[in-house]
Amino acid sequence: MTLLLLGLALGALAAAAAALPVHLRVPVSCLLVAGACVLAFLGAVAELRSGHVSTAHTAALLPMNGIELRLDPLAALFIATTAFVGFAAAIYSIGYAHGPLRSRTAVVSFALFVTSLLCVPAASSVATLLFAWEMMAVTSLLLLLAEHRRRAQALDAARWYGAMTQAGAAAILLGLLLLAAHSGGQDFTAIRAHAPSISIPIRSIAFVLVLLGFASKAGAVPLHVWLPRAHPEAPSPVSALMSGAMVSLGIYGIIRVGGDLLDGGVLWWWLVVLALGVVSALYGALHATASSDLKRLLAYSTIDSMGLVLIGVGAAGALRTTGHPHAATLSMVAALFFVVAHASFKGCLFLAAGAAERATGTRDLDRLGGLARPMAATTVLFCVAALAVIALPPFSGFAGEWLLLQGLLHGFSDTSTATVIALLVGVVALALAAGLTAVAFVKALGIGFLGRPRTQGAAEAREVAPTMRLAMGILALPCLLLGLVPGLVIPMVARAANAGFALPSASPVVPGAGLDLSGFNGAIEPALLAIAIVAGLGAIWMTLRVVANRATRRAEAWGSGREVQTARMQYTATAFGEPLQRVFTDVLRPDNDLEVTHAAESRFYTQAVTYSNRVDDAVERSLYRPVISALAWWGTVARRAQNGSVHRYLAFSFVALVIVLVVLA
Amino acid sequence: MTATVSTVHVWSGIAISVVQVIALVLGAPLALGLMAKVRARVEGRVGAPIRQPLLDLRKLLTKERVHAEHASAALPIVPFVVAASVVVAVAISPLISTSPALSESADLLVVVSLLLAGSVALAIGGLDTGTAFGGMGASRAMTIGALAEPALLVAVVALAIQAGSTNLPAIVAGTLAHPAWAASPERLLALGALSIVVLAETGRLPVDNPSTHLELTMIHEAMVLEYAGPDLALVTVGQAMRLGLLVALIANLFFPWGVATSFSPAAIAIGLVALGLKVTVIVVVIALVEVRTAKLRLFRVPELLAGGFVLAVLAVVTGLVTR
Repeated sequence: MTLLLLGLALGALAAAAAALPVHLRVPVSCLLVAGACVLAFLGAVAELRSGHVSTAHTAALLPMNGIELRLDPLAALFIATTAFVGFAAAIYSIGYAHGPLRSRTAVVSFALFVTSLLCVPAASSVATLLFAWEMMAVTSLLLLLAEHRRRAQALDAARWYGAMTQAGAAAILLGLLLLAAHSGGQDFTAIRAHAPSISIPIRSIAFVLVLLGFASKAGAVPLHVWLPRAHPEAPSPVSALMSGAMVSLGIYGIIRVGGDLLDGGVLWWWLVVLALGVVSALYGALHATASSDLKRLLAYSTIDSMGLVLIGVGAAGALRTTGHPHAATLSMVAALFFVVAHASFKGCLFLAAGAAERATGTRDLDRLGGLARPMAATTVLFCVAALAVIALPPFSGFAGEWLLLQGLLHGFSDTSTATVIALLVGVVALALAAGLTAVAFVKALGIGFLGRPRTQGAAEAREVAPTMRLAMGILALPCLLLGLVPGLVIPMVARAANAGFALPSASPVVPGAGLDLSGFNGAIEPALLAIAIVAGLGAIWMTLRVVANRATRRAEAWGSGREVQTARMQYTATAFGEPLQRVFTDVLRPDNDLEVTHAAESRFYTQAVTYSNRVDDAVERSLYRPVISALAWWGTVARRAQNGSVHRYLAFSFVALVIVLVVLA
Repeated sequence: MTATVSTVHVWSGIAISVVQVIALVLGAPLALGLMAKVRARVEGRVGAPIRQPLLDLRKLLTKERVHAEHASAALPIVPFVVAASVVVAVAISPLISTSPALSESADLLVVVSLLLAGSVALAIGGLDTGTAFGGMGASRAMTIGALAEPALLVAVVALAIQAGSTNLPAIVAGTLAHPAWAASPERLLALGALSIVVLAETGRLPVDNPSTHLELTMIHEAMVLEYAGPDLALVTVGQAMRLGLLVALIANLFFPWGVATSFSPAAIAIGLVALGLKVTVIVVVIALVEVRTAKLRLFRVPELLAGGFVLAVLAVVTGLVTR
């Protein structure tokens, strides 16, 4: 706990470093933030390894009840994950920040954003949680706006993000206040103690309100609309933090309130969570295959990954309420392991996307390509993280998806029909999302980084600053490490799962390097598989050296006999995703336009053909647009009452006064 | 289930794995040759000898490699990844015996993911060449793969619910211990689903035509246009072993008799012969079906795969209802 408090203090100091002159400001502040993350990481890991729970209380810092912090394994797991991503993002920012990102506002916001991210999981009272939560929302909003002068879309994204995050915070506030009012204290300990005596309807209303807020932060469909706008427009280290850390705090909130404070609750809560997960996983994965903007693709993939986590959390909650604690713990461990794995691979992907954007000036996949030669390190690191997302062995995503599938599978012993159906739907979503994710990331890697450069900008790309490469490397390391020896973190994840769900302390995974389920028949040893793969590669290489011709030459690629092949003849990202777009046209509802211009002389000669393809968010279009236009209509109507005349306002006051008097009388 | 594995056990497991890999490296091309032969005979032609694919491979090994001039360092690695992923999948799967090396890790999901790794590598290679055909093949192959994945995984879940595990040797051993499983309705439904998936995953008719020469209709072939010599040999052997592995797995999951459960030369020999016979029968059936099937339009393939998916879901539901 001491280390965490020191870390938070160092984070605040990093914000103060904004007072330095402009060339010192960024490196000093970023190094201080990195130091804060190291301290928080060490503190959190120490608590995770020992399993102790420690608390801290300061009356002075915040009015009302002061700041209440409590570091239990669940909080420690999220703090450690956040600190890891925060460390890499801070290192990355040293090389990345220039222009508006070096302004005082941006530097202060970045330091406070990381600090508040570290603070949220440790918060142990309603006031502290909301204080940290709002600080996180406001600082990230400021960072999102940092580059708005360059890109007008950032302003639009910030509006969506601001509205959604404030609505979410209001819902969380209402839900938690409801609980606090019924338990006679806004302290989490009081709520935890009184929760069983609160009536089920009140608890359910509170959970649904809190779920609305947290699920919106976690990017669950249909509350996700801010995410595919805000993630791409934010500066890349901030996108990495948003996707790797902030979004998973939504998951944290659901587990903390539903599992811990309200002690598991009722079956339907978790079926709702699972349903949100299924819809998010499928919708996110599908949109990721259709996006041709690299960071938008990653944002949709975040929705997909969080959907998988929600499936795990929902399955865990459902199995727990139906009395299968062991299977429930397995699902919970799977979900939390996936959160940890996701933080590193998605963080790395966003940083690499930022590097590509910095080097080429665009993040449109159709204008990239050919980065493998000039930006070899970035390409390799993007590739490692992409393989982890696709969940190929022996990368971290595979261990996560294997655990998730085992959790769902061993839940089938449950006899409740609703749960079994929900689990089956979860398996189907997992399977379909896995296939679609592979398509999306083969596209991102193959079209964005390989092939021939599609534009002048891509052709002139140069490798990015060493600090940026270092940061990507730091995040790519766990993609491989957690995949090879998942047993390294499983005991800690299991402790966090137990703390979050007040579940039995027996770990569902036998301690060891690999994953060996206890109580169920299932095991994988990814490290041995990796050795087998390396041995296979070696054997093939040796055999070919002995029996095969070793001569190699380069020649022009096959073009069906055409003389010249240009870079424009390559497949584009849009073309790559088109078959799937056509298969899922009812869900994606793309806008296709084909415009043929005829030559002036004769209609039989075509002058130009313009094809445009746009895939908008169908949920946004059909769910949010009507609400927004209704609000706009109400605004226009309400304006008629406001003509600026003092007499009219006096008349309004008089009428209002009369009504009040009549009502009171 | 981590039993303390003795050293003898480890070495016998590795020996079995090596036998399985060698059997498939030589046997899978022969299976392709057999399919071509059956097809030719049914069509009234003499056809090439059954060992023709092996002869082609020998020829390819003597030729030089030719790499596309704009390709990056990824392209030369791809054939190795394709071959190695399928070799590892073959090595750990219970094909001849239920206890090859790493059989504790021979999870269905591992084998499926290793095969996916091969497909992903091929698609990345296709995009790396920087040509229209490579991208076209990669796009189509990944689309079909993505749609085949749910049918495959759900069918796997149907088998796993019955056996209580996704571990392949456990499912095979379970079926040997409970012969009634093999004829249960969920098994038959899952068999239907998996058969469709195998056709899609290995690029056979009616999903893809392996003998096409027209680039615009190609799926798998379009991705491998840029490989020559030993690279092409690796990719070809990998594709043949992929077919061999999936066919052998179907054979052993649904008709496991003959698989060695002990490590004795006689049992291994019986396992080898039994595997050969089972694979031969299935391959001949596939060839006979292929002769009578026309290739589906690309946008009709999802309907076929959706059919497979429905069969798989029915298999799970039947399994849950009848347990």
